[in-house]
Amino acid sequence: MAEANSVSGTPESRRPLSPHLQIYRPMLTMMMSIMHRITGGALYVGTLLLAWWLIALAKDANAFAIANGFLSSIIGRLVMFGFTWSLFHHLMGGLRHFVWEAGHGMEHPQREYLAQATLAGGLVLTVLVWIVAYMVR
Amino acid sequence: MVELALPKNSRPTVGKTWPRPEKATNVREFRIYRWNPDDGANPRIDTYYVDMSDCGPMVLDALLWIKNKVDPTLTFRRSCREGICGSCAMNIDGTNTLACTKDTLSISSVVKIYPLPHMPVVKDLVPDLTRFYAQHASIEPYLKTVSPKPEKEWLQSHEDRVKLDGLYECILCACCSTSCPSYWWNGDRYLGPAALLQAYRWLIDSRDEATGERLDNLEDPFRLYRCHTIMNCAKACPKGLNPAKAIAKIKNMMIERQM
Repeated sequence: MAEANSVSGTPESRRPLSPHLQIYRPMLTMMMSIMHRITGGALYVGTLLLAWWLIALAKDANAFAIANGFLSSIIGRLVMFGFTWSLFHHLMGGLRHFVWEAGHGMEHPQREYLAQATLAGGLVLTVLVWIVAYMVR
Repeated sequence: MVELALPKNSRPTVGKTWPRPEKATNVREFRIYRWNPDDGANPRIDTYYVDMSDCGPMVLDALLWIKNKVDPTLTFRRSCREGICGSCAMNIDGTNTLACTKDTLSISSVVKIYPLPHMPVVKDLVPDLTRFYAQHASIEPYLKTVSPKPEKEWLQSHEDRVKLDGLYECILCACCSTSCPSYWWNGDRYLGPAALLQAYRWLIDSRDEATGERLDNLEDPFRLYRCHTIMNCAKACPKGLNPAKAIAKIKNMMIERQM
């Protein structure tokens, strides 16, 4: 190995990068920040689905039957459930960031409570919407 | 930019397992990041066994025990051994902290030690902090005035002095900045929590007269606004300071001066 990687270049250029995400202990607020990004990305996909459904509705009965058929299937419902959750999780995350940007709730343990409330709030709202959706169906 | 994997030359390999101390009953296992600039090999994780009945309580004590009794080549910075110099900042048990104030007993299993995250490694647990210090220098961490110099010192009321509490205590150990994912991905343009905490320390100093100029210097999509309130900084700070809050206050000062 030593021959293959024979020491070359300046000491500065050879320096390895120390491990980061691979070794850092997952912190709730950090995980929530990552989830905020991921759900934000998922909202693009969800919005595209919603647009597809609306365009199909405007087009004709056949197109609507295809779009509605997919979204009503088991897989379609799972995707819609994920979309609903992404929406509420991202919404709650946005509210949390709003509070933080104003300089409130940044101390320990308030920041943890806020993160926990975001997580719980997103889940509760998602389940509530689906209960209501099934009740009015 | 976000990079999930390490570059090829930075991926740690399994290293050497050093012998257990004989006849010791209270033994702890330590896995420590090693990199030697002189052998051309990748970093490796060495395993050491420390006789805790022969060693002080802090992680730094264990590192010194290893260096003195097992492997004198183990390289790390240390100086005051009481949490005021900031030299022994490293990643211990997954979070950044000072080895001298981290109790080994507070870690339940194997003690894993890495250099401060996402930094160029000089050797073993010693990161290159050149850029970190340059960022601190860039916020001009000293009193700037235009008024004529007073006869004696610049005076400050007790209330104004209290505003500096929670800010002036920073020891520049870099635990916060190197815990921040925003700093990992954009450390070349984002100043990071430590430099911004110090920026705020001078922004709210009643004696300083360069507030506008200091804010102008921070009004930048990266330098200040790459803070996304991830909060790792506030959780990592071994002095219990809150850089995230200081950054939020700078952002608020930016808004206030436009109203």
